[in-house]
Amino acid sequence: MKQWSTVLFTDECRVSVAGEGEAPAPRLPSYGGRRRTCGRPGVRVPAEVMDEGAGLSLAIAQVVRRLKATRLHSQLEREAKEGLRRPDIAVGSLRDDVRRFLAASGWERKLQNAVYRELHVLPPPGHPAASPEHAKEPLAYMREAQAGWERRILKSLNSMSTELGVPLARKRPAPEQKELSNKWNEMGTDEPDLSQFRPVYAPKDFLEVLISLRNPNHDRSEEVGAQSQWGLIQVPLNVQDVAQMREAFADLALNIGQLGIDDHTHVPADLFESEHVRLGKRVVSEQDSAAAQQYSRQGCPTGLRAELWALILNSTNEPEDILNYDQLKAGVIQYDLLVDNLIYKDVKLTASNDDYYFVFEDFLYQVLLCFSRDTTVLEHFSYNSATPPKSYIQGLYGVMCLCVPGKAGEEDYVVVYPPNGVIPFHGFSMYVAPLCFLYNEPCKLYSVFKEMYIRYFFRLHSISSSPSGIVSLCLQFERLLQTHLPQLFYHLREIGAQPLRIAFKWMVRAFSGYLSTDQLLLLWDRILGYDSLEIVAVLAAAVFAFRAENLMEVTSLSSAEAVLADLSTLKVMPLLQIFLFATVI
Amino acid sequence: MSRSKVSFSRQLHFFSPDVKTWATVRYRCGLSNTIQDVLHQRPGWIEVKDDCEWDFNWCDVGWLRENFDHSYLEEHVRICHFRNNYELTRKNLMVKNLKRYRKTLEREAGRLEAAKCDFFPRTFELPNEYHLFVEEFKRSQGSTWIMKPVARSQGKGIFLFRKLKDIMDWKKVARQITVEMNTFVDGTRSDDQREENQVESYVAQRYIENPYLISGRKFDLRVYVLVTSYTPLKAWLYRDGFARFSSTRFSLSSIDDQYVHLTNVAVQKTAPDYDPEKDCKWQLQQLRRYLTAKHGRETVERLFQDIDNIFVRSLLSVQKVIINDKHCFELYGYDILLDQDLKPWLIEVNASPSLTASSQEDYEMKSCLLEDTLHVVDMEGRLTGKEKQVGGFDLMWNDGPVYREIIHFENLGSTSLTANTHLGCNNDRQKQLRYLLKPFPGQKRA
Repeated sequence: MKQWSTVLFTDECRVSVAGEGEAPAPRLPSYGGRRRTCGRPGVRVPAEVMDEGAGLSLAIAQVVRRLKATRLHSQLEREAKEGLRRPDIAVGSLRDDVRRFLAASGWERKLQNAVYRELHVLPPPGHPAASPEHAKEPLAYMREAQAGWERRILKSLNSMSTELGVPLARKRPAPEQKELSNKWNEMGTDEPDLSQFRPVYAPKDFLEVLISLRNPNHDRSEEVGAQSQWGLIQVPLNVQDVAQMREAFADLALNIGQLGIDDHTHVPADLFESEHVRLGKRVVSEQDSAAAQQYSRQGCPTGLRAELWALILNSTNEPEDILNYDQLKAGVIQYDLLVDNLIYKDVKLTASNDDYYFVFEDFLYQVLLCFSRDTTVLEHFSYNSATPPKSYIQGLYGVMCLCVPGKAGEEDYVVVYPPNGVIPFHGFSMYVAPLCFLYNEPCKLYSVFKEMYIRYFFRLHSISSSPSGIVSLCLQFERLLQTHLPQLFYHLREIGAQPLRIAFKWMVRAFSGYLSTDQLLLLWDRILGYDSLEIVAVLAAAVFAFRAENLMEVTSLSSAEAVLADLSTLKVMPLLQIFLFATVI
Repeated sequence: MSRSKVSFSRQLHFFSPDVKTWATVRYRCGLSNTIQDVLHQRPGWIEVKDDCEWDFNWCDVGWLRENFDHSYLEEHVRICHFRNNYELTRKNLMVKNLKRYRKTLEREAGRLEAAKCDFFPRTFELPNEYHLFVEEFKRSQGSTWIMKPVARSQGKGIFLFRKLKDIMDWKKVARQITVEMNTFVDGTRSDDQREENQVESYVAQRYIENPYLISGRKFDLRVYVLVTSYTPLKAWLYRDGFARFSSTRFSLSSIDDQYVHLTNVAVQKTAPDYDPEKDCKWQLQQLRRYLTAKHGRETVERLFQDIDNIFVRSLLSVQKVIINDKHCFELYGYDILLDQDLKPWLIEVNASPSLTASSQEDYEMKSCLLEDTLHVVDMEGRLTGKEKQVGGFDLMWNDGPVYREIIHFENLGSTSLTANTHLGCNNDRQKQLRYLLKPFPGQKRA
């Protein structure tokens, strides 16, 4: 553990330094050694990075470089200097004493959590000669498909701007600024006329793009036979089958207690729940990200979830976060963006109509409008296959027009639009809505959402080969269904109800708005716990399996949709467990 | 879609078509909403017209007052109100009874015990207590007060004020508001008796200025309590209920805007931007989960205990006043408000809680509530009388507190008592009923 503070304060970072230690894996006795291998093949984890000394030193260098730019670094430095004045620190053993002091005062834990967070968002180590776009997405055809999709979105946004005569961005006149600032807490009471605005795209438009994906280097004639894919996704990607998933999601096994199952049976609470809650309180008091993540695999108790998630995501809510949020808020008040209308429209169409989430309408605006102006979100494009749209400023009125990457005229005038580079689509606000259940202050809510987005949610609407990417999830869903319920798959395919056409919308939103809130949060516990979205594909398949009997009787797409229209009564954890561990393979 | 299937099969569990051994129950129903459907669908029950004999009567309070004294009731007959239920449901009388109960407690059990009754806002009856009120008003300068006509329900005739001059001529205001509200809320029939021949009584109540807000919105809780006897007091608490949100955002600066302050669905419905498609309600389970996520389990459990305390104390406060009658039972709708410190406040008790459903979900909840009410009342004689749970109802008070039977594995033999209430918890009524009402009583008795 000590290596991290060493590395952070010295400029050199040699392999030898890293070699004697290990990736940050704080100890909590109850977990033993299992926690260190919190990953599995295919997901970036410290353990994997360790395989190659060179890769590790590269990763360390990168983490160090990133952490040096943060406030944490200066805080640590200041604390260490402060510590020098303490009587128990001797010159002879200065190094060790300071280190001990930092550990005792809790700063080392903060550093560990920060390193852990960096490791989560670190792009996978690539070949030194690989281009940056390779880090975004190694497969050329995926990159091209993503670029083509972006061109379409931009075109539609541009034409919306021209047709409606609404500029992409404009500065608000002072009275308007004042008005907005006054009603910041009740933006939902405003009923602007949004009838002309259409969501830029809906999940089903995106699905069409994924269906048309092909690998030009892949000869599909070989696949005829047992391997042939009945589904809609026709790209060769490696996705895990049930046997592999059993290994990866071992903590979901039938003999391991799960919140969402073992708290509902008629066994007295003492047997699992109370013990689990007690452990959860310890994890929170230890302030250890890695332990919290491991803990989350068995589910977070309702009363502790907010703290545990913030811990996993290392969202600390420091004064600077509040400052940052206030700046973003000022940005919303000063400038009006075209995408704001899309956000308004989306919230009105989705969350405001939802039985649970209608209450949170105002929070959603407070988070989403700020999000669109947050330029720190752009960082995630270094490992996202998507590229933020650029626009150039035209004329005196600040009217802007979006341009296709690479075609920008005057480089000097090029800015990213919207400032965070993310164009909201129909249903986007549902990524935020469930979090409103956990956090009261918009600022805290904001930082948790942002971290969730740049770790997970962006993968659900960009074309990539990542195992958590939407393409892999679709393929995994289809493979699972085809392997384990071939009759059902065949039947649905024959009547023109391709399962993916129904399940896609669930997966794009990670089931938000489809499940009841408590169940959804139990699902997201596992996304955080396993640092992977694959569980979403498993659940989609499990839902089909659960309603298989009814689905075998339907004769059209619409009646199949009707059978699966209401998921609010489903219990997530039993479905997942049964599908993964009680199916014959 | 799947839901309708569930409710259908539920009925099948109780009654198998070939069992028809119990006597038919003749019922009379004075209301036309959910209760009508529930009674109509109950196997073996048949509706009778006004002047025919009946075994079961779901009447309104008005009918009761007109007919109760003139009719002889047979042993098995049941009726859905107590004669002088207004002791609890009229705002002024409720407060009067609570104040008296508090005084008795203070005398007999001490201050600490009496303090457990401090769950209602400071209230005065006007015009009777006008002088007391003015004194208190002057003592608490700058606070907001709310005026409510004592005998009306559904938020009619309510207004807020901060200056004494606003109510100097409150009679005039009241009359004006009455007229306004009546033209405004046409179509909704008031079940309460009218007292138009005399000056209408009002209560002036300290307004709770720091309500608990969720995303800037105020809400109150509607909870259902069933009383089957006052001596001894036997009360049941229903697990489901809902939180009603005000559709606009809360701020004290706009006290003229009554839509902000009243969470009654009846008032919300007349708000200009009311969207009937939007049901501004959360099920209590959702609320309990939300609060647990924010404040932790212990805090929320304490809150719900405090809420239980309100039900019990308020019923005990009228126990001696209400004329007990073995023919009567009553389903109360309690309105509870939470403040920012998570302290629950009793706003009022309704003897005729709205049973008109505002949405499909609401309809299902209310049908289940009414079905379970009928199970508890037990016209069919299928219960032993020792049940602690019947459907969604948990026995809360049976001449004393009722505790859960829990076996603690860790500390066997210890006497940790937990109240037998599950407000806002999972409602496992279907499973429970299947277990409770099996085997079919008809078969057993035959």
